[in-house]
Amino acid sequence: MAIQPKIGIRTSPYIHKAPTVAEIMRNVVYALLPLAAYAVYQFGISALVLMIITVLSCITTEHIFCKLADKKTTITDASAIITGLLLAMTLPPGFPLWMGAVAGFSAIAMGKTLFGGIGFNVFNPALVGRAFVQAAFPVSITTWTPTLAVDRFVQFIPSSLALPFMKPVETAEWTTQVAIDGFSGATPLALMKFQQIFTDSYDLFIGFSAGSTGETSSLLILICGAYLVFKKMLDWRIPAAVILGTVIAAECFYLLDATKYPSPAFMVFSGGLMFAAVFMASDMVASPVTPVGIFVFGVLVGFLTVIIRLFGGLTEAVMYAILFGNAATPLIESYTQPHIYGRNK
Amino acid sequence: MNLFNLFGKKTFPKGIHPEGFKEETHDHQARRLPFAHQIILPLSQNIGKPAIPIVHIGQQVQRGEVIAKADGFMSVPLHASVSGSIKKIDLVPNARGNKEQAIIINTALSSAQTHIIGSSNDFASMSRKDLIQAVQNTGMVGLGGASFPTHVKMNIPDDCDIHTILINGCECEPFLTTDHRIMLEQIEFLIHGIYIAMKAVNAPKAIIGVEDNKLNVLEAIQPHLPADGSISIEAVVTKYPQGAEKMLVYSLLGMEIPSGKLPSSIGVAIFNVATLAAIGELLPHSQGLIERIVTITGDDLNKPGNYMVPLGTPLSHILEYAEFTGNEAELVLGGPMMGMPAGFLDTPVKKGTGAVLVLNKRATKHDDILPCIKCTQCLQVCPINLNPSELGMLATKRRYDVMEENYHLNDCFECGCCSYVCPSNIPLVQYFRIAKTLNHERHIMETN
Repeated sequence: MAIQPKIGIRTSPYIHKAPTVAEIMRNVVYALLPLAAYAVYQFGISALVLMIITVLSCITTEHIFCKLADKKTTITDASAIITGLLLAMTLPPGFPLWMGAVAGFSAIAMGKTLFGGIGFNVFNPALVGRAFVQAAFPVSITTWTPTLAVDRFVQFIPSSLALPFMKPVETAEWTTQVAIDGFSGATPLALMKFQQIFTDSYDLFIGFSAGSTGETSSLLILICGAYLVFKKMLDWRIPAAVILGTVIAAECFYLLDATKYPSPAFMVFSGGLMFAAVFMASDMVASPVTPVGIFVFGVLVGFLTVIIRLFGGLTEAVMYAILFGNAATPLIESYTQPHIYGRNK
Repeated sequence: MNLFNLFGKKTFPKGIHPEGFKEETHDHQARRLPFAHQIILPLSQNIGKPAIPIVHIGQQVQRGEVIAKADGFMSVPLHASVSGSIKKIDLVPNARGNKEQAIIINTALSSAQTHIIGSSNDFASMSRKDLIQAVQNTGMVGLGGASFPTHVKMNIPDDCDIHTILINGCECEPFLTTDHRIMLEQIEFLIHGIYIAMKAVNAPKAIIGVEDNKLNVLEAIQPHLPADGSISIEAVVTKYPQGAEKMLVYSLLGMEIPSGKLPSSIGVAIFNVATLAAIGELLPHSQGLIERIVTITGDDLNKPGNYMVPLGTPLSHILEYAEFTGNEAELVLGGPMMGMPAGFLDTPVKKGTGAVLVLNKRATKHDDILPCIKCTQCLQVCPINLNPSELGMLATKRRYDVMEENYHLNDCFECGCCSYVCPSNIPLVQYFRIAKTLNHERHIMETN
């Protein structure tokens, strides 16, 4: 042969076809953008700035921790953006911005980098951040404001601009000013829990009720989730199992006493369950990988959500249910290893 | 029961659908590659013991003559693939980079290169023992790539009763089209080889399994099948690794080969189409295996195609003939999923080499390895249902013993699906090969 080519050596397989981690993460961000836009439409600039603050806080925290650990920064994989967006969407729209920054910091610092960064987190980082501020700022995180306030695009919700470590700004007065029709400031779940009022499931499904920034429209969440499933970047089995678990548990109680307990439809479409099922429980890293384990995990989360909602002291059931499910993941995996070809069970 | 078959399509669960890249060569009738000036025939071309040379330096040999004899039952003889003179018997680098004994022949360029014809064999009147001996004399090994001596496979233990022979014509690896060409061009040899194999293992029935991207094979073979239905041909779904023994048994028969056992334990024997076609051609005249069809394909080749290549032809000769134009490449012996790398241009084509694949740099970009994000893609493609994600994590922690004992590492047949789909570019199957090798070494140390 005239020219001696340079020969490279590797072992098989020589072909590879997969989206990169960064591509997966970017697509999740794309799927979250319509939800973010809807949140801005509903809640105005408060929601917009809250999301920006949490995202920036998450990115900065991750970058700093990577530098501290002498590692190459991992912010380019966009996973911190997801954490920031997910976090903001579970917070009330009028959540004080400085607390949003704290939530973002604790999500990444305690939920992610302490465990070793992407791939090693035991819990969903966004939920760790939310749980932290839930414990630290119990009043602010349960102060809800009405949707579609008239001047929402020019004016912040008063509580958003609260100064750090000051007494939370009272929003009750503002709420009565901007509310269109007798808004009580309570979310459908709080109404259910404390006043025995069941919001119409259809309103919940479309998303015209008060609630956290990004979790009010189940319909939109399902559409965004469907996009990810179509792109094969979301495992549909987890949301399906969570919803199934919720429906089964809720149906049991509903059959027992329909006046005391809400319908399964209400349970599924209220309180961010849909958001949690599609975007939170499906956190790849913190959920099981085995086929049976995925199902067990989802049903467990749905079941716990109903139990905590009905019998717990709080309405933020789904967050604790998922964190509990995350904690149980290694155990679930060890009991649900798949059947191996050629081996008897 | 195989649920998939209820819907009419024969297949197995999971696996992947890589792009085929077969269009470039599948209509390409096998052409003869000219003889190289020098032929390198390693003594070890099969699983088991290497052959023992019976020629001396300077000796004139004729094409098809035995130049090395089998060393016991787990070995096969080696035949000269050209007429010429023995140049030397020496260590040569093999594809993996270490050295092995080989017989090097200088081709007699003026020779007519006539293939020796031996005594006639009529398999129908031979005893099974004689038939298996005749198969060993052809030097036949599994031509699908595994290089397991065919006569050993045919020597079924007495306590096994073979009910079906499966003839593997799936060719599920991308790029490869040799089996496709054999099933179109050597149908009579193939059918004859199937009868020989049925006799040798005493099986009443044979099924040829072909992926449904080669439906012209079904049309071509159907008229040649016997009227009694003892040999049939069935289409299976085009999916990698359909051609793996374990998968094909499941797809066609709905059976699983028990872990760690041979197919004969469930009454099945599996042969590659190329192997049986070669037996059908060579055995009746007591000839030896001296050449095979090789797909030469990939990047930067002006003349890709299927070639009848004399065994021992060095890659440099092949690249020259196929008009390789690049100046940088990775050379793969076999398909892109399970093939072996070749690091030297004087690496010869062996009995198990079904393809020479040339990949340029663009096709083989190296990416950073990222942490596992537990996306479950690998679990969703592993045809054996292993947990590659967990196995990969254990490998990075060097817990090779746990991989074997708790996560069934040894059931992995290294199809590479997990590495193919990993978004974090984790070289999973590569880790598993290392783990298996180290476990093997550890077990040897422990028993000594």
